[in-house]
Amino acid sequence: MAEREYDASRYAPPAEVGEMELPHPKGFIGKYVWSQDAKVIAVQYGLTATAIGLVALVLSLLMRLQLGFPNSLSIIDPGSYLQYVTMHGMIMVVYLLTAIFLGGFGNYLIPLMCGARDMAFPYLNMLSYWVYLASVLILVAGFFVAGGNTGAGWTLYPPQAISPGTPGIDAGIVLMLVSLAVFIVGFTMGGLNYVVTVLQARTRGMTLMRLPLTVWGIFMATVMALLAFPALFVAVLMMLMDRLLGTSFFMPEMLSTGEGGDHQGGSPLLFQHLFWFFGHPEVYIVALPAFGIVSDLIATHARKNIFGYRMMVWAIIIIGSLSFVVWAHHMYVSGMSPYFGFLFATTTLIIAVPTAIKVYNWVLTLWRGNIRLTVPMLFSIGFLFTFVNGGLSGLFLGNVTVDVPLSDTYFVVGHFHMVMAVAPILVIFGAIYHWYPKMTGRLLNDTLGKLHFWITFLGTYAIYYPMHFIGLEGVPRRYYAYGETTFISDSVQALNAGISVAAFIVAFAQLLFLFNLAWSYSRGREAGPNPWQATTLEWQTPHTPPRHGNFGDELPVVYRWPYDYSVPGVKQDFIPQNVPPQAVEREPDAGRGGTA
Amino acid sequence: MAKSTLRDPFLEPGLRGMVGDLASDQRAFKEVPWSKAMMWGFLLSDIFIFACFLVGYMAARITATAPWPNASEVFALEVGGHHVPLLLIAIMTFILISSSGTMALAVKCGYERRRLATGGLLILTALLGASFVGMQAFEWTKLIHEGVRPWGNPWGAEQFGATFFLITGFHGTHVSFGVLFLVIMAVKVMRGSLEAQRPGFLTGRRGRYEMVETLGLYWHFVDLVWVFIFAFFYLW
Repeated sequence: MAEREYDASRYAPPAEVGEMELPHPKGFIGKYVWSQDAKVIAVQYGLTATAIGLVALVLSLLMRLQLGFPNSLSIIDPGSYLQYVTMHGMIMVVYLLTAIFLGGFGNYLIPLMCGARDMAFPYLNMLSYWVYLASVLILVAGFFVAGGNTGAGWTLYPPQAISPGTPGIDAGIVLMLVSLAVFIVGFTMGGLNYVVTVLQARTRGMTLMRLPLTVWGIFMATVMALLAFPALFVAVLMMLMDRLLGTSFFMPEMLSTGEGGDHQGGSPLLFQHLFWFFGHPEVYIVALPAFGIVSDLIATHARKNIFGYRMMVWAIIIIGSLSFVVWAHHMYVSGMSPYFGFLFATTTLIIAVPTAIKVYNWVLTLWRGNIRLTVPMLFSIGFLFTFVNGGLSGLFLGNVTVDVPLSDTYFVVGHFHMVMAVAPILVIFGAIYHWYPKMTGRLLNDTLGKLHFWITFLGTYAIYYPMHFIGLEGVPRRYYAYGETTFISDSVQALNAGISVAAFIVAFAQLLFLFNLAWSYSRGREAGPNPWQATTLEWQTPHTPPRHGNFGDELPVVYRWPYDYSVPGVKQDFIPQNVPPQAVEREPDAGRGGTA
Repeated sequence: MAKSTLRDPFLEPGLRGMVGDLASDQRAFKEVPWSKAMMWGFLLSDIFIFACFLVGYMAARITATAPWPNASEVFALEVGGHHVPLLLIAIMTFILISSSGTMALAVKCGYERRRLATGGLLILTALLGASFVGMQAFEWTKLIHEGVRPWGNPWGAEQFGATFFLITGFHGTHVSFGVLFLVIMAVKVMRGSLEAQRPGFLTGRRGRYEMVETLGLYWHFVDLVWVFIFAFFYLW
């Protein structure tokens, strides 16, 4: 089977594009602050996203404190609780996950894995980061203005988002909307860069079907983001006008304390459509890079080629396309024609098919692989569990009749945290453990890593699994306190306390990770250029960490796909992508090809 | 730039060949410079912005509770005592479409390395664009004098003013930026920066005549979007 690949790859095509001119700044500021090097920009993105993500983590702890041990902290009142909910959600989805996957891993891995010197437009890439930083600062400013952040929920539904009574109605909502608009501008600069680099700046021999799945995932997510963020941009502009100019795009005529407002005839449903036309693809913008990265981690650490590479690529493309026609499944309870509900339920459930293909292929890659239980592998396996769990509860919620009673309960919270919060975060951790040696030249500490994994993995189950049961009882989400109700049993409070304890343990376990990052930077074991014996191009750079320009004098030439692990009859159990067929060391007496 | 690999020995003719070509090494789109590929990507993203605007406008118009103002009266001009509907907007549309023609000529002259002709046509395009923006400003002023505001107007649904100012304003901003870039590009062409491949002011990218074409793509796009805005606001 493998032989045919080698014969076709004997040919190395000539270079089509001349060498890229790179600015080589000398000083510290040019190299590390106003840097045009994608790798430095990636670290800048990663650190900023982590910093703002920690803020969101603390907010979630404050929420858990209130839910598990009501009224134990006097600063948490109903208004501030709503602000925590809003900021936690928005930061985690947009400013952490989107930014770290596309801005962080995208910037670091796309040029290295494609065999490019840098992104196609380094200057624009730099601008992208600084605009992103500005959007984060505008968002953070919301914590300090009078009235505080907006408490509209991360979906920012009008009319309540800009109506009196919602926290942060004065400045918070304006800052949130401006910050989102700025984020989208910054992201567009970066996103166009990633797309052009993947399409037009690959090295000789790197065909699209020889790209590592990591690049495929990030590429497709970027394309989706470029097409989905416009809807949010439009919604944000319109809501800003509603808030600042008194227009009525989304605002119907309302009575407030017996008096009519200024607004008339707007459509709140229009906002929901625009928001979810962005919001649903956003789920896959976060998930697809995770899919791609986890495919590479599993193949590398199981020493086996990824099962069904072509199907994996097509599944990524199909998931990306389908995710644009499912958005209204977030709006089953908004008042929708049953025919539309049927249509959107159907498209939603169809997405399960390519997703299931991916899950089967990951499992089949593991099957009879030479699995090395390294920390990245542990996180990848953890991802498979949480993702399948969250995906299965998604099948419940995709059906209109099941969704209507479960809508806005903790079942939904449990579902989406499993599938799009924990699962991608586990991949991020795995990816950091995997690529940290390339970024710094040193391995992260293994013992701390394993401790971090087990606490995080088991802890997240302790947090989100019980939420499904709480949700089935009908406990609504986003409530500060439940008050006197007959349908909520007393055990819910006990479960909530347990969840909160688990949440605190998991949160503090992240300190282990942060400590590991800092400690290993100077004290970690020397990694060498290719500690995991991986095949992809980023491990074949002449320097570790790679210098500006990535590949030294000569760009690599690619002769094979990225998954030549455990090829029968070959001495080493991996063949890097840039090793020509005649240079592969074979076992002297091994039969050629055949099934091992 | 090195030679094309379009006659790569491994590529097949027909549909399979096209797919193989797209997936082949180094570049999905052969002979397409990076900046042009990026402009297409940007325009695709921008199409989604304008599409969302126009769909939002349709939704707002359909769901508005008050009656929608009559376009042929609102946008009419009084010329010599006669009530002429759509006069101004017809002129504006004509001017903008014509500017697409001058832009296309500028691209052609650019590739023929005719510096003066290219620069002149770019300036002409910029002038046509600027006059479009000027007439738009005139129309805005007229409407504002008649009492149209984003939050209300004398004739009916207040969403009329909101959508009109938002969407034509967003488009007008696109045209204004286009005019700015046209002027910059004209200066570059006239000074011979493109021919000498001098690096740009900020990014340090070397000048090439493809830049004129890339700017042209943007300009044509802005014109095309106007056709849709024109149809949905003035003819509906």
